[in-house]
Amino acid sequence: MNAPLRPESWLQVSPAGLYCVPAGIHIDPHRAVDRAILTHGHADHARPGHRAVLATAPTLAILQARHGEVAAGGYQALAYGERLRINDVSLWLSPAGHVLGSAQVVLEYRGQRIVVSGDFKRRPDPTTPLFEPVTCDVFVTEATFGLPVFRHPPAEQEIARLLHSLRLFPESCHIVGAYSLGKAQRLIALLRQAGWAQPIFLHGAMERLCQLYQSFGVELGWLRPANPDAGPLPGEIVIAPPSAVADRWSRRFAEPVTAVASGWMRVRARARQARAELPLVISDHADWDELLQTLDDVQAPEVWVTHGNEEALIHAAGLKGIRARALALIGRGEEDETAAPA
Amino acid sequence: MISFSQLLDALSYMPGRNGKLRLIADYCAHTPDPARGYALAALTGDLSFDAAKPAIIRALVEERVDPLLFRWSYDYVGDLAETASLIWPAKPGANRPPALDEVVERLQQATRREVPALLAGWLDALDATGRWALLKLMTGALRVGVSARLAKTALALWSGKDLDAIEEVWPALAPPYATLFAWLEAKAPAPSAEGLPTFRPLMLATPLDEATLPGLDPGAYQAEWKWDGIRVQLVAGPKGQRLFSRSGDEVGAAFPEILQAAQSFEVVLDGELLVARDGVVAPFNDLQQRLNRKQPTAKLLAANPAHLRLYDILAEGGEDLRALPLVERRRRLEQWFQAAAPDRMDLSPVIAFTGWAELQQLRAEARAAAIEGLMLKRLDSAYLAGRPKGPWFKWKRDALTIDAVMMYAQRGHGKRSSFYSDYTFGCWTDEGELVPVGKAYSGFTDEELKRLDKWVRDHTTERFGPVRAVEPGLVLEVAFDAVQRSTRHKSGLALRFPRIARIRWDKPAAEADRVTTLAALLEG
Repeated sequence: MNAPLRPESWLQVSPAGLYCVPAGIHIDPHRAVDRAILTHGHADHARPGHRAVLATAPTLAILQARHGEVAAGGYQALAYGERLRINDVSLWLSPAGHVLGSAQVVLEYRGQRIVVSGDFKRRPDPTTPLFEPVTCDVFVTEATFGLPVFRHPPAEQEIARLLHSLRLFPESCHIVGAYSLGKAQRLIALLRQAGWAQPIFLHGAMERLCQLYQSFGVELGWLRPANPDAGPLPGEIVIAPPSAVADRWSRRFAEPVTAVASGWMRVRARARQARAELPLVISDHADWDELLQTLDDVQAPEVWVTHGNEEALIHAAGLKGIRARALALIGRGEEDETAAPA
Repeated sequence: MISFSQLLDALSYMPGRNGKLRLIADYCAHTPDPARGYALAALTGDLSFDAAKPAIIRALVEERVDPLLFRWSYDYVGDLAETASLIWPAKPGANRPPALDEVVERLQQATRREVPALLAGWLDALDATGRWALLKLMTGALRVGVSARLAKTALALWSGKDLDAIEEVWPALAPPYATLFAWLEAKAPAPSAEGLPTFRPLMLATPLDEATLPGLDPGAYQAEWKWDGIRVQLVAGPKGQRLFSRSGDEVGAAFPEILQAAQSFEVVLDGELLVARDGVVAPFNDLQQRLNRKQPTAKLLAANPAHLRLYDILAEGGEDLRALPLVERRRRLEQWFQAAAPDRMDLSPVIAFTGWAELQQLRAEARAAAIEGLMLKRLDSAYLAGRPKGPWFKWKRDALTIDAVMMYAQRGHGKRSSFYSDYTFGCWTDEGELVPVGKAYSGFTDEELKRLDKWVRDHTTERFGPVRAVEPGLVLEVAFDAVQRSTRHKSGLALRFPRIARIRWDKPAAEADRVTTLAALLEG
């Protein structure tokens, strides 16, 4: 009889990040490697310069749109559910619900299954398919919002607050700070669902990724550049990266109301720190309840936590009788919500 | 409760005055009586619930949430009511959310024993913003940047009525202000406030720029001590007595002996509220214990008796004296005081002086704890609302400073929860031991805070929860107003109002001050 297979013997934390030993492939490595699987297109997961990358088609398109020629040496697209065999490892991708193209990586080796979730959320999102839980032996999870104070309200409710403010302050341009990949497109889609039919104005940093979403069939309606020709835009919605909202760039707009869309807006000190006048609690990450629900759904007896508030999630997993530990991956949190100032 | 919570939430983030006015006006226009009246009362500070104590909140949460998760969360969020509102577990199938008037009326009638169950039921039914608003309402700490004055301005904006007219009828009103709203909506005549005790906005002083002193005529000014208490206005008349803070908030309930002492008078007085025993003013700390006590116990009343030191008289027997020059008002004040001989009051003495140099000398020698500095008031000044530039100056005494060594650093709360921003510092004993003498968490810029935070992280020797002990390697120049004896620190000394004056990145720790240097500054 062989000794039981230890999962950490075949999925390890190497200097470049998570590494599947028998397949010889990294997952979301934070520096250039030979072969990488990318869970999604955010810069802290999808870095340029790998020799060969494997990801969903939208993730590959995002990588190329952002980095052009140097994005990677070679590309291989894998559809959700499509299986691939590398050495003795069988792998496939499952929707993560985080942003367009986001995927969990399912790795199977000698009867053991590890799921690397990347970043994920459980709420429906008109711009990306819903997260699909996959039962497994080890679940590798994020914990960006790993404290029980983070419970995101329904996004529709937050959009209604934005629309109410537009009615109450019709002379003001409403500038919404949102990350340019994922959050911006989801906001636009949510506004369309809520009946906002007017053009939505975009900061230059948003335009290319919105076009990319549209090319993958995501309906975003009429979008216009928020350039100086557009004027002061009273009563209109402008979407811009969070860094531009409080910058001189926003001064040209009519009596601007600054909104910020992020899960961090749940905590008042964070919202004030971001100088938000209208904090919108809209997140593309699982909140506390979703993190715990996911642990129940995947039924893994062992959980590894990559980044975020690991301590509390590990404690809560322990209360459920799940063995949990921190992987303390470096290089996470340089784009997307994890990049909010500490 | 839902729309009230949305109002509070929006107000708390709205930086501009006009935006706040619009939010309140919009709420009043779309909310029925009596809910809008109670909301107004909450904003103007006219609601209080004696049976509802903050400790109840913690106890309720601790029954429902793992203690470690609660502690981490509180540490992160930095505010108990907010943490409780966010961490409260959702209860599927809870009752409908309560209306604001239902919450207010039931809380007012509830006994202390009934409050927890009542509160738990409401928390189950509300969302996070609703829970936050409920807890803020209950504990009376709204802190959404709305003064009573601003709320009344919003009513004026919404109704088209004159703000002064609203102020005038205010003393005749009580929550939920049905008569007020009926008048504002032109459904009833204005309520009458004839003869009721009303607040008159205070006259405030501007800081003195010493460089301008030679240009001022010493003969044109009255000098007084600036007492270290709370500036108040006492209004007494046939229809009652009220004690107002400088912002116009009523504080009389916490100081019943002052209201009692004013019972037979018809007068409006400006003065400093102090704690005094046998005519000797006690440290500010003793007054602090009386503040925010809605109903002080008999023991506290006896131990820390309140006293009013009078500066000015604004009205007497229905006659408005504010237009008179100060010298004339002072005469009227002294006359009134002699005739009335009120308990628990005395006159703030006028300081005789002939020139600025003499006054400067007096100021430098004044080290009594109750004295913050000097006031200079033009003898011909009328009593004007607000802070007019010129007629009145405050001339605070100079701060003292020492060079101390950082010993411990603690993480701040809220916005500063990721920064080590509170510093315990010490001085050397003659034996060469470093002993703590105080704690400061202000006086530096955001940039300096970042650098201090990094220094703390790089020089940590031990960690105890949110506190880190650091190497004795960074000298802080600490400014403070006075040194007092204290049993709290090993040094036996404590500083009043300590703040960081400078960070001495350059200075070796061994050259910081000794405890004996500090002890020499002790007040008699």
